[in-house]
Amino acid sequence: MSSLTETPVAVRAAPVVAHPAAATAAPARRWPRQVLRLTGNVLTRIAAIGALALVWEIFPRLGLVDAVFLPPLSEVLVAWKDLLVSGELWSHTEASLARSAAGFGLAILVAVPLGLLIGWYTPVANLLNPLLEVFRNTAALAILPVFVLILGLGETSKVAIIFYGCTWPILLNTVSGVRTVDPLLIKSARSLGLGPVRLFQKVVLPAAVPTIFTGIRLAGAASILILIAAEMVGAKAGLGYLINYAQFNFAVPDMYAGIITISAIGLLVNQLLVVTERRFSTWRTHS
Amino acid sequence: MSKIRFEGVSKTFAARGTTVTALQEINLDVNEGEFLVIVGPSGCGKSTLLDLLGGLASISSGQILVDGKPVTGPGLDRGIVFQQYALLPWRTAQGNVEFGLEAKNVPRRERAAKAREYLDLVGLSGFHDRYPHELSGGMKQRVAIARSLAFDPDVLLMDEPFAALDAQTRDGLQDELLRIWEKTGKTIVFITHGIEEAVYLGQRVAVLTSRPGRIKQIVDIPIDARSATEDLRSDPQFAHYRHEIWTLLRDEVNKARSEELEVNRV
Repeated sequence: MSSLTETPVAVRAAPVVAHPAAATAAPARRWPRQVLRLTGNVLTRIAAIGALALVWEIFPRLGLVDAVFLPPLSEVLVAWKDLLVSGELWSHTEASLARSAAGFGLAILVAVPLGLLIGWYTPVANLLNPLLEVFRNTAALAILPVFVLILGLGETSKVAIIFYGCTWPILLNTVSGVRTVDPLLIKSARSLGLGPVRLFQKVVLPAAVPTIFTGIRLAGAASILILIAAEMVGAKAGLGYLINYAQFNFAVPDMYAGIITISAIGLLVNQLLVVTERRFSTWRTHS
Repeated sequence: MSKIRFEGVSKTFAARGTTVTALQEINLDVNEGEFLVIVGPSGCGKSTLLDLLGGLASISSGQILVDGKPVTGPGLDRGIVFQQYALLPWRTAQGNVEFGLEAKNVPRRERAAKAREYLDLVGLSGFHDRYPHELSGGMKQRVAIARSLAFDPDVLLMDEPFAALDAQTRDGLQDELLRIWEKTGKTIVFITHGIEEAVYLGQRVAVLTSRPGRIKQIVDIPIDARSATEDLRSDPQFAHYRHEIWTLLRDEVNKARSEELEVNRV
């Protein structure tokens, strides 16, 4: 960039001027430009959401879309507030989160140790890899009917399907985390005479933690996605049930209220996991 | 009795159905407290030689004796410094130095004090809480050297430790290493492909042939008190030895190059 501003003549003479604005900018005006860009960035981020909200509000009111199927945003928000005040929203959210957390937590407890085992022992990896490939490429929702068939319509099948969906990202990331530890670190640790147990504990495990957390973050997102689908099949509570039930009863604003809630929860969970992941892998992002 | 003794050491690899001889009939003695440099063209098996001495690879025939006992595996009597530092990125400089001490089962309280002591020795006082990604290449290598010194091995094995550094940093670290060597009295086996580095550091320089690696000649470099000489590199003595090793290496480098071309042509 600096070379561009230093030789403005050459830049102007060149047939391709990539950034004409940057080339003509005087250094003294750079600071206000930065502030402008920052506010611009913030505005851009808000703008898209704002535009969506605006379109959602105005289009039904103008009759551009059928207000019965897409009520204006303000009506949806009123419905959301009513659900919140009546406590209905909370009870559904609670039911949903409990299922998600159970499946997700169980997946962490099972998949992390299993992944470490598979990653560390090559024969185990060779034995199980084909099986893992088959299962990871089978959509969790395709197996949902099987779970319902075997485990019934109750909580067990819902937790089980979330557990199933969360297991794969964690398992596969843990395996790859263990298998991709820098060989030089292992060599260096071996040169210090470290035995296999301490090598694993002091080198392999800490080296794999960031990759494992990436898997956990992906699984967290999956737990919310699968949850809703699972709740649309024979549940009596939960946000998926709320959305489905509201649609059946033509309480369209309630349906959208449910959708907004689930999308907010999804965002929140993901953000939370991103922050956690970053905390555990500060050393990796800089290297 | 010599500190380290190579007795007819050979190493062969099985690669693509054929056996490749990396090292052939290496006979070499390293004295207690000596600074020995091994220099050779790339691919001559220098690093393999160090892996064997470090106990990280198995010997095909012959044996290596350290203090009269054959090497059967890695041990804390030998510390290795790698070219790519091999620091644990999730540990601070201090934590990395303590890593070697943990391997030696040094009590926790002693570890911290020892680690500080050795970070001071390599000139990193005040950097103990930095992570590797916050350190420059030269500083990382200082940490790695401190780590290898802290658990107090008799022998320091260095595998092209300064090859990845810029020239200025390298010169500085060479002086530093000589100072540390004089202060600690360790036996050092140092591998490099740099002729100047070899002459600058080594009391003796062993020149290896191109593959299969054999000892071509061992050159004595009787320059005393290296670290006291102001500008050793412009000393006529230095130029003389540099030229001698350059001549020995030139044929090997050429041979290695033409062999490489031959292989690529086939």
